[in-house]
Amino acid sequence: MKAKKITTMALATALCMVLSFVESQIPAFVAIPGVKVGLANIAVIFAMYRLGWKEAAVVSLIRVLLVSLLFGSFASMFYSLAGAVLSLVGMGILKKTGKFTEIIVSVAGGILHNIGQIVMAGILLGTDVLRYYLPLLLISGTIAGVVVGVASAILIRRVPE
Amino acid sequence: MKSRYLRDLLIAGVLLAAALLLFMAVRGRQVSGAEAVVMVDGEEQGRYPLAIAGTFPLNGGSNVLVIENGEAWVSEADCPDKVCMHMGKISRNGEFIACLPNRLIVSIEGGEDSGADART
Repeated sequence: MKAKKITTMALATALCMVLSFVESQIPAFVAIPGVKVGLANIAVIFAMYRLGWKEAAVVSLIRVLLVSLLFGSFASMFYSLAGAVLSLVGMGILKKTGKFTEIIVSVAGGILHNIGQIVMAGILLGTDVLRYYLPLLLISGTIAGVVVGVASAILIRRVPE
Repeated sequence: MKSRYLRDLLIAGVLLAAALLLFMAVRGRQVSGAEAVVMVDGEEQGRYPLAIAGTFPLNGGSNVLVIENGEAWVSEADCPDKVCMHMGKISRNGEFIACLPNRLIVSIEGGEDSGADART
C-alpha cells in the first residue's frame, strides 16, 4: 500500500516534469509574464484526487524545485513557489467543500497561481504591476483552469486505481 | 454526475465574463496615458502604459524594456553594439528607441505632444 502510494506520487511528479517541459516548448502567445496554460497542474490535481492534499503538495513543490533548476532560474523559483503554495491552499479548500468538480478546483488553482506569481513579482520588483495585470490574469487563469480541469477529470477517470 | 460538470463549466463561464468586464473597465481608463509601443519586424508586439512601472522582456528576451516614473528605456540587449541601450529614456509622443540587429523599435504613442511634459 505504501509502496503503491510512493509509486503514484513519483508517477505524478514525472508527469509534472514532462508537462512542464512540453509547456516550455510552446512559444508564449501573449508577451505577458504569468500567462500560460499550467499543464503541470493536471498531475497535481490528479495526485490530489487520487492520494490527498499533502501528497499533491509534495508533488507540486518537488516540481517547482526541479523545473526551476532545469528550465528556469533562481528568480523564477520564487515566482513559481508563491503561485504553487497559494494555488495548493485554494484548491485544497475548494475540494474539501465537496461542492465542486475538478473544473472549479482547477480554475481556482489557475487563478491563484497567477495571483501568487504576480504578488511575488510585485514584492521582488517593487512595482504595482498587480493592479494592471490582475484582470488579464483572471481571464487567462480561468480559461487555462477549465482546460486543465477537464483534462484532469478525464485522467482521474481513465487511469486505473 | 454529468450535470455537476456542466454547472461548473457554467460557473467558469460567468467568472470569465466578469473577468472580461473588469479587464475592459481597467483598459478603458488607461487610454488617456501614453504607451510604449513595441514593434518587431514592423509588427506590433505589445503596448506598455508609461504609468505602470515594470521590467518587460521583449522579443523573446532579446531586449528588456524598463518603465519607471513615466519614462521607458531599454536596459538589456543581446546584440553586440548595444545602441538601443544608449539611446536613453523616452516619454514623449514620437520618440523612439531602435535595436536594428533585433529589428525592434519601441516608440511612444497616445501621450502629450513633444515639448509638453508627458508625465502623469
